[in-house]
Amino acid sequence: MPKLTVNGIEVEVEDGATVLHACEEAGVEIPRFCYHDRLSIAGNCRMCLVDMERAPKPVASCAMPAGDGMVVRTDTDRVTKAREGVMEFLLINHPLDCPICDQGGECDLQDQAMGYGFDSSRYEENKRAVEDKHMGPLISTTMTRCIHCTRCVRFATEVAGVPELGAIGRGESMEITTYLEKSLASELSANVIDLCPVGALTSKPYAFTARPWELNKTESIDVMDAVGSNIRVDARGAQALRVLPRLHEDINEEWISDKTRYAIDGLRRQRLDKPYIRGRDGNLAPASWDDALGMVATRLKKAKPAAMAAITGDQCDVESMFALKRLFDKLGSGNVDCRQDGAAVGGVRAGYLFNSTIAGIDDADALLIIGSNPRIEAAVLNARIRRNWLATRLPVGVVGPQMDLTYDAENLGEDPAILASIMSGKAKFAGKLKKAKRPMIIIGMGALARSDGAAILGMAHQIADTYGVVAGDWNGFNVLHTAAARVGGLDLGLTPGRGGLDVAGMYKAAEGGKLDVVWLHAADEIDAERLKNAFVIYQGHHGDRGAHVADVILPGAAYTEKDGIYVNTEGRVQYAGRATFPPGEAREDWTIIRALAGRMGINLGFDSLGELREELYETVPHFADQDAIRPARWAKFGGRGKINSASVTTALDGFYMTCAVSRASETMGQCLMAMQADRAQADSAQDAAE
Amino acid sequence: MLKDTDRIFTNLYGWMDPGLAGAKKRGDWQNTAKLLQLGHDGIVEQIKASGLRGRGGAGFPTGLKWSFMPKEVGARPHYLVVNADESEPGTCKDRDIIRHEPHKLLEGCVVAGFAMRAHAAYIYIRGEFVNEARRLQAAIDEAYDAGLLGDNAAKSGWKFDIYLHRGAGAYICGEETALIESLEGKKGQPRLKPPFPAGAGLYGCPTTVNNVESIAVTPTILRRGADWFSGLGKENNTGTKLFCISGHVNRPCNVEEEMGIPLRELIEKHAGGVRGGWDNLLAVIPGGSSTPLMPQAVCNTMTMDFDALKEAGTGLGTAGVIVMDKSTDIVKAIARLSYFYKHESCGQCTPCREGTGWMWRMMERLVRGDAEIHEIETLEQVTRQVEGHTICALGDAAAWPIQGLIKHFRPEIERRINAHRTAVAVEAAE
Amino acid sequence: MSIEARIAADQPDSFAFTRENVAEAKRIITKYPKGRQASAVMPLLDLAQRQHDNWIPMKAIEMIAAKLDMAEIRVLEVATFYTMFNLKPVGKYFLQACTTTPCWLRGSDNMMRCIKDRYGISSGETSDCGRFTLLEVECLGACVNAPILQVNDDFYEDLDYAGTGALLDSLEADAPLPFGSITGRSGSEADGGSTTLQELKPAE
Repeated sequence: MPKLTVNGIEVEVEDGATVLHACEEAGVEIPRFCYHDRLSIAGNCRMCLVDMERAPKPVASCAMPAGDGMVVRTDTDRVTKAREGVMEFLLINHPLDCPICDQGGECDLQDQAMGYGFDSSRYEENKRAVEDKHMGPLISTTMTRCIHCTRCVRFATEVAGVPELGAIGRGESMEITTYLEKSLASELSANVIDLCPVGALTSKPYAFTARPWELNKTESIDVMDAVGSNIRVDARGAQALRVLPRLHEDINEEWISDKTRYAIDGLRRQRLDKPYIRGRDGNLAPASWDDALGMVATRLKKAKPAAMAAITGDQCDVESMFALKRLFDKLGSGNVDCRQDGAAVGGVRAGYLFNSTIAGIDDADALLIIGSNPRIEAAVLNARIRRNWLATRLPVGVVGPQMDLTYDAENLGEDPAILASIMSGKAKFAGKLKKAKRPMIIIGMGALARSDGAAILGMAHQIADTYGVVAGDWNGFNVLHTAAARVGGLDLGLTPGRGGLDVAGMYKAAEGGKLDVVWLHAADEIDAERLKNAFVIYQGHHGDRGAHVADVILPGAAYTEKDGIYVNTEGRVQYAGRATFPPGEAREDWTIIRALAGRMGINLGFDSLGELREELYETVPHFADQDAIRPARWAKFGGRGKINSASVTTALDGFYMTCAVSRASETMGQCLMAMQADRAQADSAQDAAE
Repeated sequence: MLKDTDRIFTNLYGWMDPGLAGAKKRGDWQNTAKLLQLGHDGIVEQIKASGLRGRGGAGFPTGLKWSFMPKEVGARPHYLVVNADESEPGTCKDRDIIRHEPHKLLEGCVVAGFAMRAHAAYIYIRGEFVNEARRLQAAIDEAYDAGLLGDNAAKSGWKFDIYLHRGAGAYICGEETALIESLEGKKGQPRLKPPFPAGAGLYGCPTTVNNVESIAVTPTILRRGADWFSGLGKENNTGTKLFCISGHVNRPCNVEEEMGIPLRELIEKHAGGVRGGWDNLLAVIPGGSSTPLMPQAVCNTMTMDFDALKEAGTGLGTAGVIVMDKSTDIVKAIARLSYFYKHESCGQCTPCREGTGWMWRMMERLVRGDAEIHEIETLEQVTRQVEGHTICALGDAAAWPIQGLIKHFRPEIERRINAHRTAVAVEAAE
Repeated sequence: MSIEARIAADQPDSFAFTRENVAEAKRIITKYPKGRQASAVMPLLDLAQRQHDNWIPMKAIEMIAAKLDMAEIRVLEVATFYTMFNLKPVGKYFLQACTTTPCWLRGSDNMMRCIKDRYGISSGETSDCGRFTLLEVECLGACVNAPILQVNDDFYEDLDYAGTGALLDSLEADAPLPFGSITGRSGSEADGGSTTLQELKPAE
């Protein structure tokens, strides 16, 4: 722990800290452009120069390891001159186009120029102009503004694991580009926009949309996957205009996936903004809330509890799921299920959580992935696995299809029989698990959402027990969900009660004419056609799969349009705020259920969100523990049945269009097309080479 | 004048066989194994005692540099890397060693490599030296065939391999960490220091990078003794040195001379004097393009060694002496160097990437006089903003020639600006 | 020059090393420790350039990237950083004229003028016949034999206007003069005889 003084202030910093860290520790602000906490040190912008005793020249504080007894000064004339000098150099070739630059108002260069820049330019020569580069549908480039900090290059190479960005040429002709201007093939690509300290890389879909100071900023939680990335939703008036990451060290750090960031234009399309009732002609026609709720109430009243069912979707807030569960409890029906995909999860909490926590990935020393592609199912979580691999060459084995995870992974095949041979120690990878002190298993829906899912889960439990995956304070048994609502639903007990129907049972019952009414709560990832025989109530926000078979549509709110609780794959309870109101006549979801209950004369026990949450906390206390992890007790779970020979797959076919919101997103559509085009090009090049 | 018998590079001009047979006749590879019997540290001590200072430009004591290498070889092998990326304008001495005395370099690699406990050396030669690289590779092949390199190099019991690696056109690769980056297959962008190469250099392993001349003189120093070498030249500036005398002299040449030789003697004795006589001398750039020029008045009494030149505000650098007579457009001569540095800036760090272009563009205007008087001050300030603020010394090298110009030739710059202003005014009036 | 301008618009559909060069590439890679094969990127680019009429097509960059297990962009970075890699076609005789101060002081302008007078080309241009491409380059490191014109691999030294003309004549006739000093100096010794080492000079 070196001790040093900064401007006369003595500070002690961690071993391995830099002079820049020491300055921050001393409360001394150091301007910087290239330095970033989560990227390797480049030391190229030279903005962070400080004076150091015995150093003949100013030193780059970001790159200088803090040493015991160093005497650092940032308040000398030489440091001031150095900063002003660097600032002047950065500005001489930077265009004066701030008024038309999207970075305006949140630009590091602009901000620091206020502190260290001159009010006029001494540069009499022509400014440099650089051709813009194509980087795909998300990143807009104005390369003349680039200050060559290489943050984007380092991010792509180090964090995203797609070494596709580079700086070609040299000297003042150096230019940042992808290889022959291909799209950046990463699920995390748009983070380079946040990293870019100037307006060289800006958001293409958001181009010229708003100025930062016009926006209302709401803290929220992402629902595009089960990671629970912390986000900020920026809205102007009725529209959510952009999503940015919020820092959460234990979840997403400061990254978000491209889908998290850009699916929101889907919130403006195909919205259900008024109630609908299917008429005698078979077509849906707009209706009043009164009529719609009246019809639902009538249908539910008529149906026997055994002939009614509810399925909750993958992005539902806890509150509305709780309200629906309570309604069905009151109606006496146990036919409820939050597992659209039929995954064999539920019951013992340790059997459905990412027990190690996401941050726990940093500590793992061997990883077995079963039926999951974390790169597309949980992109920011995958970046953490990659970081561990980069630092420690973490051994990773995958049971499932071949995939590029951005790190080396040994593919153990798709045959689930491999699990038994891992268990018995026959499989080669078993040795790596055995050697590991903190082995980790990540099991995904590709392994669990199948008819023998319970048996696979049971087998995974046995593997965990055999290899010390759960030992002492370490629990490396991890279920990676893809649905943001799933853990919340399971915590609420949204699984069939005794004798109740699960989703598969509901299909069968509906097809057999034994299901009269089914309530789809934003449930679109189901085979909705199979429920057609029943009277289908669709409560949700998009005219997607569920709405197509609906007899009544109750327009609800998307995730940015309501206050809601979400529980991520770790079991972490997080609160999202409402950024905008739902469109048209659509309402926040719990109020719809509350209104319906009222119609039916059922008292759910709450009349406000506050009261609902009180009831919720009473029923499931941990929902009150915001941002906390309650370690789950290791217990018996999973089945012991026969595992069939069908190949282990992964949960998602692709990354971009995986839910009602992202399917409605034009931006996600463009990403998908760009990716397909680049792939086709690569394939044809491959063919030509062969 | 240095006696021929005290010259190390007796085949400097390539009159004799550069091959192994010729080299042996000149004394190379004679008792290499015996030299190694001095032991790793013994060799380092001898080189320290000789006072040899690095011949690549910076003049850092060679023996001291070697002593920074770890004394034990751990999991990471040690490397010797030879900097044969000779690219400093005015400098062409290593080329002569490579093409005419390649075995001096190779034997030096064995000696130096052994001293620093390395089993391999990479010689990084600038890409343009194609024929020189062929000559050097032929020498390497010969040495392997003769058992002078390989598992039991020169029967010393020490395994030593030498690999030749060609550059591809980048002055910056003469900077030792840029050279290492380049050797690793990357752009030649200098690394941040610390860590220094002796701690983590090539492939993250302990590495010492030395100039060709520094390495090539070591076997002779060991053979003839540190005393012999340190007895030549001046205190702290010992031994012999290859000088390159180019520009406006009657007979440009390379020559090996004693350190501390008076500049005037060097030019008049070896290079046939300044074109038009000593009085026709305008200025000399004494040590390669990055060292600030000296006007004639300073040249009159200057001796060619590290300390004297440093005291005069310039440097011995590579001992590439560029002579300019009174016909020289001195502003243009320096502007051309500014272009060179702009062209060779790697682009990594801000002051150099942006500053070299700015300085060059201002210099071009000063050549024409198309500027305001106060811009001389601006230019001087810009050079100060670059100098000392960059990752490597290229920024400094770009700044110094301009500083030298402004220091010694400010009236000439002002004259041009005034003349240009008058010309513009006259044109406007007509 | 912008990067776009440095890369040929017309690119071949494929590139592969010849059999000899496959072997040569393999030999080159063994010069570097295992796992450090990226060190071979510059030699392999040079090899590709020599095989492909003195310029490197993008397909070669991709092939080398695959061979060395490097990202394509990393290879392109290297190929665009170093000035000796040509990414578009050059003439059969690639004239690289040094005009840095030491050469300029010794009359590199005359050398450039001679080339311009003959072919009407300036730096970066190719003659109408397509056989000569001129590029102004930085210090070639042969300053005491200035000015220097590098023709493909070879240095021609001590060039004045007439000497340059004679050299170009020889190139046009596809019978290049022997490389080195045009005035007959054998190396870097002073013109007319060196002042040192004379006693060691073998009798002619």
